[in-house]
Amino acid sequence: MKIWVPLDSAAKALGADAVAEAIAREAAARGIDVQIIRNGSHGMVWLEPLVEVDAGEGRVGYGPVTPADVPALLDGRLNSLGPVEDLDWMRRQTRLTFARCGVIDPLDLDDYAAHGGLVGLRRAIGMDSAAIVDEVTASGLRGRGGAGFPTGIKWKTVAGAVADQKYIVCNADEGDSGTFADRMIMEGDPFTLIEGMAIAGLGVGATRGYVYMRSEYPVAIDVLERAVVIARQRGMLGADVLGSGRAFDMQVRVGAGAYVCGEETSLLNSLEGKRGTVRAKPPLPALEGFLGKPTVVNNVISLATIPVIFEKGAQHYADFGLGRSRGTVTLQIAGNVRRGGLFETAFGMSLGEVVNDIGGGTLSGRPVKAVQVGGPLGAYMPVSKFDTAMGYEDFDAAGGLIGHAGLVVFDDSADMLAMARFAMEFCAIESCGKCTPCRIGAVRGVETIDRIAAGDPGAAALLTDLCETMKDGSLCALGGFTPYPVMSALTQFPDDFATHKEAAE
Amino acid sequence: MQSTAPALLPTSPAPEEIRDVIAPLTALEGPLLPMLHAIQAVWGHVPQAAVPVLADVLNLGRAEVHGVISFYHDFRDHPSGRHVLKICRAEACQSVGGTAMADAVLARLGVDWHGTTADGAVTVEPVYCLGLCACGPAAMIDGRVLGRVDADRLASELEAAG
Ligand SMILES: Cc1cc2nc3c(=O)[nH]c(=O)nc-3n(C[C@H](O)[C@H](O)[C@H](O)COP(=O)(O)O)c2cc1C
Ligand code: SF4
Ligand code: FES
Ligand code: FES
Repeated sequence: MKIWVPLDSAAKALGADAVAEAIAREAAARGIDVQIIRNGSHGMVWLEPLVEVDAGEGRVGYGPVTPADVPALLDGRLNSLGPVEDLDWMRRQTRLTFARCGVIDPLDLDDYAAHGGLVGLRRAIGMDSAAIVDEVTASGLRGRGGAGFPTGIKWKTVAGAVADQKYIVCNADEGDSGTFADRMIMEGDPFTLIEGMAIAGLGVGATRGYVYMRSEYPVAIDVLERAVVIARQRGMLGADVLGSGRAFDMQVRVGAGAYVCGEETSLLNSLEGKRGTVRAKPPLPALEGFLGKPTVVNNVISLATIPVIFEKGAQHYADFGLGRSRGTVTLQIAGNVRRGGLFETAFGMSLGEVVNDIGGGTLSGRPVKAVQVGGPLGAYMPVSKFDTAMGYEDFDAAGGLIGHAGLVVFDDSADMLAMARFAMEFCAIESCGKCTPCRIGAVRGVETIDRIAAGDPGAAALLTDLCETMKDGSLCALGGFTPYPVMSALTQFPDDFATHKEAAE
Repeated sequence: MQSTAPALLPTSPAPEEIRDVIAPLTALEGPLLPMLHAIQAVWGHVPQAAVPVLADVLNLGRAEVHGVISFYHDFRDHPSGRHVLKICRAEACQSVGGTAMADAVLARLGVDWHGTTADGAVTVEPVYCLGLCACGPAAMIDGRVLGRVDADRLASELEAAG
């Protein structure tokens, strides 16, 4: 009998390790032969720990499973969910980047290859640099780290730069609240990131890569580090990548708890061992990046999507999507929501459909009040904007941003003044200190919101001015975009700011 | 809430001990962060004595090394309690009652953020997202992740940890 118990952090956080131990213990006591595989998560966090059992007739899912359920699980008496791929949540997705996540053993390279892995890399090995870059451009892939910059154009710049050394740097800092797609893919299908980085290396002529991963992800660090060792042993990395005669190798580096180090130039400084302050652009990292050399900096999901683009062809990927947002978006549905987790779908679904239909509304059962999309620098979207389509331009037009595609749902008990205050507080804590509007402005922002709360009638106008100053005078999006959550809270939920005022009058 | 002065004194390892810890990392490109992590893994904090050693090995000014250490939230200049409890303060956890939960835990332990309990058992630190945003409120005890926690659950986890 084969049993899959996820090693994913969310599954672990909900007791997966205890379930795996209970299964091993019970199986030993019964003298039955059970092979326990620690897989990634399929992404249905509300069902974790989601255990699958194959007793000879295919994989059947159960969840959430507790250690007390294990005897019944082994007896076949526990209520099953049926095959996981038949669940509504799974059937409604277009799984390209996450096709293998939850399915395979994350550290079994043969299992990886049996599920389409390495096809893309082998194909890229047969292409020249220009053809690789063109394929990425044709896919329409835009950076999934937040800014949505076309990946092919970035690669082209690096490919065209002449230097004795170039680098691929993977941004795995994933600091945004409400996001966990990077973590999930690194825990559940790490070879896909390695493969994507190797293709990037071939495409731009880089032989060294780094993954800069946040220290808050101990499980992902462990899984990816082990995957890199295996990839090196098996010739997927090293001096002769899959017998191509071309070199590419990579290392995992761990950050040190600074949100701003997710900003690419701050990340490069940190990787070099400096303070993580933001660098002025130009020069672009593509021309003068890590140690001053031409460097591709891409988000985990951007790079982890490269293999499937090369496996199935750019056109296959580009055929999904909406307008200039091509391919799939890996939505992370989080916060006060009934069904939270990872949902990969073509761009174009409406925000309301994601929250109400896919997510099932709030966990508390109360009405939805707001959804923060795009992390701590993203706007609070009121229910009146639920028809906004998930697409870069559509969100921009609605005064928001998709960012890394995390959605945090709040019910009607949320105090939007408190959320605006938190946004300013977070900016003050995480500011790299380089520009005054961010470093000082955020502190003033907290004070000004406290004055609104205390009933100061002029404070709201001051806050608006302050946000303008931060927008105009900040070097990076930490200071520049903090006004999004703040101003969206103030303008979309004026009652939460007005009641305090009236109370004092 | 008051923050407790921990009875934990910074250690002062000999320069040779520090050199031994960082020696395997000198060939890395950008070695300073890996070295600081290695030092903190051994001593639980970055002892003051490490600054001149790092400055010497990496050919940097002491002020520069100090500036790097102080920039990052992870690096401590004094030891933590026996256990480190990190509680997520970010938005998704707030949406499911994380703020009240954190306040209750701090009150129960009698510390403020970054404080260590009087018995030296626990240091409580804020963290801004653990990637467990669909199963908040989230926390981490010594690198072990915990989801959908409440104050009682954290208290019993800490008790079990000792
Ligand atoms: C304050 C701040 C934090 C950021 N954090 C991240 C992050 O955690 N992960 C990420 O991939 N990009 C982050 N970015 C965006 C990066 O600067 C950069 O655009 C991205 O890594 C480029 O990769 P992509 O084109 O594949 O998205 C952040 C930007 C800012 C301003
Ligand atoms: S906006 Fe803030 S975080 Fe960004 S560079 Fe300026 S001070 Fe640093
Ligand atoms: S880190 Fe330097 S101002 Fe906050
Ligand atoms: S917001 Fe708390 S784990 Fe992400």
